[in-house]
Amino acid sequence: MAYWIASSPHNHLQSKTSALMRLVIYATIPGILTQWYFFGWGNIIHISLAIATALLTEFTVLSLREKKVGEQLFDGSAILTAVLLGLSLPALAPWWISVIGSIFAIAIVKQLYGGIGLNPFNPAMAGYVMLLISFPVQMTSWQPPLELMSVPLDFINTLSVIFTNFTYDGYSVEQLRTHVDGHTMATPLDTVKTNLTLGLTIVESMDNIVIGEYVGVGWQSLNLAFLLGGIFLLFKKAIPLVTPVSFLGSLFVCSLIAFLLSPDSNASTLFHWFNGACMLGAFFILTDPVSGATSVKGRIIFGALAGFLVFIIRKYGGYPDAVAFAVLLCNMSAPLIDQYTRPRTYGHK
Amino acid sequence: MESVIERIEKGHFWKFHGGIHPPEMKFLTTNKPILQLPMPAELVIPIQQHIGEAGEVIVNIGDAVVKGQALTRSTLPISVPVHAPTSGKISAIEKATIAHPSGLEELCIKLIPDGEDTWRERTICPEYKQLSKSDIIEKISNAGISGMGGAGFPTHIKVSTNAQINYLIINASECEPYITADDLLIREHSSAILDGINILDHLLEPAFILIGIEDNKPEAIQALKNATKDSDKIKVCVLPTQYPVGGEKQLIMALTGTEVPSGVLPTTLGIVMQNIATCFAIADAVIHDTPLIKRVVTVSGQALEKPQNVWALLGTPVEFLLQECGYPQQEKKHIVMGGPMMGFSLPNSQVPIVKTTNCILAPSEQEIPNDNQEVECIRCGQCAEVCPSQLLPQELQWSAKAKDHQQLNTLNLFDCIECGACAYVCPSHIPLVHYYRISKAEIRQQNLLDIKAEKAKVRFEARKLRLEREKLAREEKHKKAAEARKARMNSGTPEANNEKSAVAAALARVKAKKAQASSESTSSTEDSNIAPATEKNPQVAAAIARAKAKKLAAKNRQDTPESQTTENQTSESEESTVKPDIVDDKKAKIAAAVAKAKAKKLATTNKSDETSSTSSEKPKDISPADAKKAKIAAAVAKAKAKKQQADKTKEIEATSDDNVQTSIKDEVAKGDIPDKKARIAAAVAKAKAKKQQAESK
Amino acid sequence: MTIIIAILVIGVIGLTFGALLGYASVRFKVEGDPLAEQLDALLPQTQCGQCGYPGCKPYAEAVANGEAINKCAPGGDDTIKKIADLMGVEVQPLDGNHETDNTPKVAFIIEEDCIGCTKCIQACPVDAIIGATKQMHTVIIDECTGCDLCVAPCPVDCIEMRPISQTTRNWQWDLNTIPVVQIDEVQIDATPQGKEV
Repeated sequence: MAYWIASSPHNHLQSKTSALMRLVIYATIPGILTQWYFFGWGNIIHISLAIATALLTEFTVLSLREKKVGEQLFDGSAILTAVLLGLSLPALAPWWISVIGSIFAIAIVKQLYGGIGLNPFNPAMAGYVMLLISFPVQMTSWQPPLELMSVPLDFINTLSVIFTNFTYDGYSVEQLRTHVDGHTMATPLDTVKTNLTLGLTIVESMDNIVIGEYVGVGWQSLNLAFLLGGIFLLFKKAIPLVTPVSFLGSLFVCSLIAFLLSPDSNASTLFHWFNGACMLGAFFILTDPVSGATSVKGRIIFGALAGFLVFIIRKYGGYPDAVAFAVLLCNMSAPLIDQYTRPRTYGHK
Repeated sequence: MESVIERIEKGHFWKFHGGIHPPEMKFLTTNKPILQLPMPAELVIPIQQHIGEAGEVIVNIGDAVVKGQALTRSTLPISVPVHAPTSGKISAIEKATIAHPSGLEELCIKLIPDGEDTWRERTICPEYKQLSKSDIIEKISNAGISGMGGAGFPTHIKVSTNAQINYLIINASECEPYITADDLLIREHSSAILDGINILDHLLEPAFILIGIEDNKPEAIQALKNATKDSDKIKVCVLPTQYPVGGEKQLIMALTGTEVPSGVLPTTLGIVMQNIATCFAIADAVIHDTPLIKRVVTVSGQALEKPQNVWALLGTPVEFLLQECGYPQQEKKHIVMGGPMMGFSLPNSQVPIVKTTNCILAPSEQEIPNDNQEVECIRCGQCAEVCPSQLLPQELQWSAKAKDHQQLNTLNLFDCIECGACAYVCPSHIPLVHYYRISKAEIRQQNLLDIKAEKAKVRFEARKLRLEREKLAREEKHKKAAEARKARMNSGTPEANNEKSAVAAALARVKAKKAQASSESTSSTEDSNIAPATEKNPQVAAAIARAKAKKLAAKNRQDTPESQTTENQTSESEESTVKPDIVDDKKAKIAAAVAKAKAKKLATTNKSDETSSTSSEKPKDISPADAKKAKIAAAVAKAKAKKQQADKTKEIEATSDDNVQTSIKDEVAKGDIPDKKARIAAAVAKAKAKKQQAESK
Repeated sequence: MTIIIAILVIGVIGLTFGALLGYASVRFKVEGDPLAEQLDALLPQTQCGQCGYPGCKPYAEAVANGEAINKCAPGGDDTIKKIADLMGVEVQPLDGNHETDNTPKVAFIIEEDCIGCTKCIQACPVDAIIGATKQMHTVIIDECTGCDLCVAPCPVDCIEMRPISQTTRNWQWDLNTIPVVQIDEVQIDATPQGKEV
């Protein structure tokens, strides 16, 4: 017979960090499936590779740091990072891209800063940006949607391309990306950007085959799927509402103003919202609590800043998409935002 | 102010920030009436059950006390007495574990009930309105009433305010899960509670009386509404259930929309809050002259067979209540005093029920598991969302772990009401409140130490000043005394003269004594100085002499071959009778030769002196004494030489040449001895001379 | 010609900024506490003299003049850290000559043994002992700094240093130190017996 001593509160809402992470991973499933449907097996292979590498890296670093490996390895954070990284990579990028990206994200961005809860940057996005800057060719070789491709791409072929750079039949990535009419197909964002530099208007760009009927074949559905996952998370109260709302609102306002000022050189809000990593960023990246702002006011500023930066970089930057850069820049400013958005304590002026 | 009442009448209330909805679990006890318990075997009454200072014990071990008799006396305004909950005998006054999170022991009075339950004399006073306010306050104070909601602030201080009171708020919200003590009390004793509220009304004269109650107690709400339906002043305010609406600041916010500034008492805003159980105790004390000796306690938790509310005498051990409610014997026990959100674990079950105990919680392991799996904070911010004080628990946590007290103050740690909402929602299971409590205790301790250090510094400086002052004062006193004496002596009166002569005599005596003492001391020092010298000097001298002799001997040995012939000649010329073996008694010869040479030299010098003196024709210069001395010396030397020679020849004849050397050595030693003696004598003489000199001085 | 202009421009800029800095250093000069005062504020003010100086202030002055920062035994590592922070030097471990046990203590006079010699009263740096010649002495616990300077002078060794007892007022919320009492069966049996009463 023994008494035990504990500090109040004695009861506890039985929620756990790992459960939260798992929920976020589940919420990516519609996105993964959509990606599979439109872009083939590439991303699923990359996600698997990234998860394996991330867990191995996490295990190694945790062992070296003499942490409780058993508890921390499967808390879901490393897997989530790997999933998000794998999702955002070009589907036909070589295998070492996701391996290097995961190692960098886990070992350097996360564990070197002290592990879970202490990393100032979102590991997946930092890994992505590192890859984008280091391996620009591989990282911008976006595969067009399957329906537009001249060569059928099944699982074996995809695996072959990722590991050997060539399909069974000897097609290279570059060849796969080429349309029947001989043009290399890019992402809608890239296409619009290139066309604008070529002097074409937005309306003319919209005729491009990769954009299709609405704002981008495959991409629009993918973003819709992430939006769905995000709404599921909001419904589960796993993520705060303000961050995505503020982000999308800010992007909406910026693009609307630009569109109203010059409709020929600025894409519509819908185009911005449903292209690139917009919805992924809004619901899965910016809502990462560790590297974001903590207070409600802070999150509004954080999201708005991210939306503004996405628009600016997409419009004026050198890269077609901007979510990863915007997220990292916002991560940097998060402590400052927190510092200046401390709520007024009850009873204090 | 009118708008506040209008809003309340419409059932609109303000919202405070944050708050949570933990499982209420009130169904466990809410459907059973309050149970009257049998008498426990022993009562343990801590002498301090409230915030403030403990009273003074006025009973002794072995005293027989009657029910309601005061056991302590309040010596300070912020102290209330404790009373005997039943009649019986004081068995001990000793330290025992008290109802405190620390599980530390404090002074308790132990009472063995006699079973008679005899009351002390009481005066029932139904017409309290005829009493003066100060009489009522005294009655409340003497009844030992302190806040029964949890903090235990002495009630008489709270009600003796002179401020204009707008709202008297009666806290019946009971927002902690499990606890139904107030709920049941309202249902069963609403008229007595109304009496208590009326007494408070009489004392404080507020504009309105607001009873704040959560909407999860429909029967109690009905009972209150029935009891207060005749009064326009009393409003029963049914609030939505949300933890921690029962917190003082939160309830004030919810009912009146007023925010109590940090560090300010609600009284200054014209608001006084009382717990509903306190109202019942006030009615009992003022009308029935019954001190606070029992209270309703919720004994709940799924580990119990019969969880229910009980009337517990103050001092009843928790074990007794658990037995009454069917607590099974089990391996691991977790007993919480208070609710699950703010209560504290008990280190054993002998802890007594005190005035602030509203609940004893005995949860099953499924209900409240003991698995603290704290992981890293992921800055999810849920804690900040639920904090009723709008603090930033996650930032506080980092600063608390880093012991950054300055930052903790910047983040307003001391506005934390320790409600536990942040730790309740934390997905990382960080015991946030625990960290805050530790930090608060550390900061308080540090502040105390700072104050103490400052005080020590002041006292140290004051002492230094005092010592300086005392020294000056002493000097001054001495000077004054000396002057006064002088003045008195010089005044010329016979007494003064007498004194003068007496002083003079005393001085003389002192001087004489001193002189003696000093001479003794000097002589003794002289002696001590000489002693080592005399010991040392002869030794040194002897050593030197020995060394000289050796050297001489060695030299002579070397010299002999060359000088032998001449020496022999001289020796032959002087003493032809001695014809020793040249080789054998070389030494003796040398010695003799030396002596002879010396004698000769002396003689010649004397002679030359004489001759020179004669030749220069200055006979006056030649003292006869000198000449005589020289002659004597020469004679002595000659005699010595002769004697030596004679001795040596004899010895040489008798002994071998080895012995010669020893004999020489002996001689040298012999020569030393008189020298030593002389030196000692000289030293003694010197000392004597000095002594004489000193004496003469 | 160009080079002369460049030199001139650079020179003028240098002079301007120099003048600006000079003005700023005079205009915005921060009058800080003298270092010794700040150090004195960090010391525990026990006035124990274990550092070799007669009181905390002299030691503070000595530290300001370059004395080692690790001589304050009652302050312990915390104080050394604070001093190191203030002085901008490395933290050093407490001087080995001192005992490292710096749990707060107060002097206690065993009153039966006290002969009333007043030696401890004279030794106390903060006048925390009261008493008179041939009268029993006692310590004012609230004023005692625990410097133990009174222990040595006592001719009958009736002063001892006792750790300050932990009460509910100075408890530091250390849950691990709570003694979990094993209630023996006898007492549990005794309680139900009371029911008959």
